[in-house]
Amino acid sequence: MTDARPFYAATDATRRATRAEALRLRALFEAEGAVAIEAGILQPAETLLDLYGEDIRARAYVTSDALRGEQMLRPDFTVPVVQMHMDGGAEPARYCYAGEVFRRQEEDEDRANEYLQAGFEVFDGANPPDADAEVFALFQRILAPLNLRAATGDIGILTALVAGLNASDKRKRALMRHIWRPRRFRTLLDRFSTPPADDARAALLAAADPFAGSGPEIGLRRRAEVEERLQSLREEAAADPIPTHVVDLIDALLAVREKMPFALEHLRDIAVDLPWINPALDRLAARADALSARGVDVDALDFEASYGRTHMEYYDGFVFGFYAETRPDLPPVATGGRYDALTRVLGRGREIPAVGGVIRPGLVLDLGGLA
Amino acid sequence: MTVKLGVPSKGRLMEKTFDWFGARGVTLGRAGSDREYAGKVEGAEGVELVLLSAGEIPRELAAGRIHLGVTGLDLVREKLARWDMQVELLAEMGFGHADLIIAVPDCWVDVETLEDLDAAAAAFRRHHGFRMRIATKYHRLIRDHLREFGVADYQLVDSQGATEGTVKNETAEAVADITSTGETLRANHLRPLSDGPVLRSQATLFRARTAPMDDADRAALGMLLEKLGLV
Repeated sequence: MTDARPFYAATDATRRATRAEALRLRALFEAEGAVAIEAGILQPAETLLDLYGEDIRARAYVTSDALRGEQMLRPDFTVPVVQMHMDGGAEPARYCYAGEVFRRQEEDEDRANEYLQAGFEVFDGANPPDADAEVFALFQRILAPLNLRAATGDIGILTALVAGLNASDKRKRALMRHIWRPRRFRTLLDRFSTPPADDARAALLAAADPFAGSGPEIGLRRRAEVEERLQSLREEAAADPIPTHVVDLIDALLAVREKMPFALEHLRDIAVDLPWINPALDRLAARADALSARGVDVDALDFEASYGRTHMEYYDGFVFGFYAETRPDLPPVATGGRYDALTRVLGRGREIPAVGGVIRPGLVLDLGGLA
Repeated sequence: MTVKLGVPSKGRLMEKTFDWFGARGVTLGRAGSDREYAGKVEGAEGVELVLLSAGEIPRELAAGRIHLGVTGLDLVREKLARWDMQVELLAEMGFGHADLIIAVPDCWVDVETLEDLDAAAAAFRRHHGFRMRIATKYHRLIRDHLREFGVADYQLVDSQGATEGTVKNETAEAVADITSTGETLRANHLRPLSDGPVLRSQATLFRARTAPMDDADRAALGMLLEKLGLV
């Protein structure tokens, strides 16, 4: 029995066992005061595309009809749960669910393209560090029999790092946009610290008429928009580079990967030169205390500053995952994190602090189960 | 059984393919009239010619319904996931050259590279409230390429033909398409990005890795490949 096998191709017995495990997990979440909810399998594609961009097409199944247009087989429950909450949930609220999610797998046949998830989501802004700790501690307690390694991170430290840089708003916005694309982030940082010489570009920016010899104006992107970007390129060319010692500090920060107390200490050292990240580090410390208060051994908890950067890009604070160290071939058994920014986008201006996570019951059973 | 060779059923690609095989002593041709899609083979025993649309050849190879097929590398890469596990590239045939490129209006003097495109896309979304549209039929190749480089805030819109016209018609802001000389692009006031094509393609002979064969087929395939100078 393996979760890697497509769920639709699994034996009847495996399917029953996995579904029973998913419902058992959901019952555990209900016992914590969460309301069990159901969500449609077909989700409007537009919302998901606007959130995740075109990349989601590579990961989610898209289908369509002539009446409703494009729809997606839900790649996760987060969006429908948030929408449901926004449409009339009272706060604070705790929700749970169990059901199939669908992910395209075009590179690796061994990865399941349909599997069950059991999830728990907390919408409670009263004490965010404690809400983070509540979700993590619950997951750790449930998964304890499997002896998994937990990895944690905090995207909020990275956004604070960028927000406080002594750089133009345009540069900061560009870096912020690519926090979730580490390679592109690196390219931008290099460009802002040691701008490459580009004679053709310099000539263009200096030209009396940069449009001389170019084709007629066509398309929806108007000449004014081109001029606006030329102007920002001129400003960019004239801007002071981000000093290399700051880039070195950013690299040092991104490389932090230690047990939580040492990581915090290490980050505080780095913050001597990047003092604007201290409020984010205070939140990390508060979370560590909250985790401790809820019985998590933070001295043994891994913290990786870059953790979660290649996930789907809605996590913007605490992030975590649980891994089977004896089975490096398996995806994480559970993942989760804070996604306040997602609620801001979906809430049309209204933001609701939210944190949650999912467990894959199929993987739980593969690893011997929780009994 | 026979070894089935899939060849594009019309146009220059078919003629050039016939020439390529002819130059190596294997004569391919239509069985009857010009309109008949049955083929004949001389100079190679146990080989059957199957005339197909070039766009269907990747799928037929992957399904193992033909043993050999001539089509563009672009179509194989676009249509087959993990293409090199499904087909083996036997020979690049030296014609049907085409580059898959991303092109923008020439009047976008601020956009030369993918990095520029990404920045322009971000601003475009802020101004217009939707993601910059790139018209193409090469969805997978373009999406993979843009993800690899980290371009965000774009969307692919499907265009199965006359793709270069979409910008003028304002149904797309940029295009991604196959070009050989760049003439159609220029005529439509479009210019390829300067950081090189997404893919360089040409007519290519592929072997299906999974097509079933008996001993006679294996012998016939071996003889054919020997004649073509591919072993």
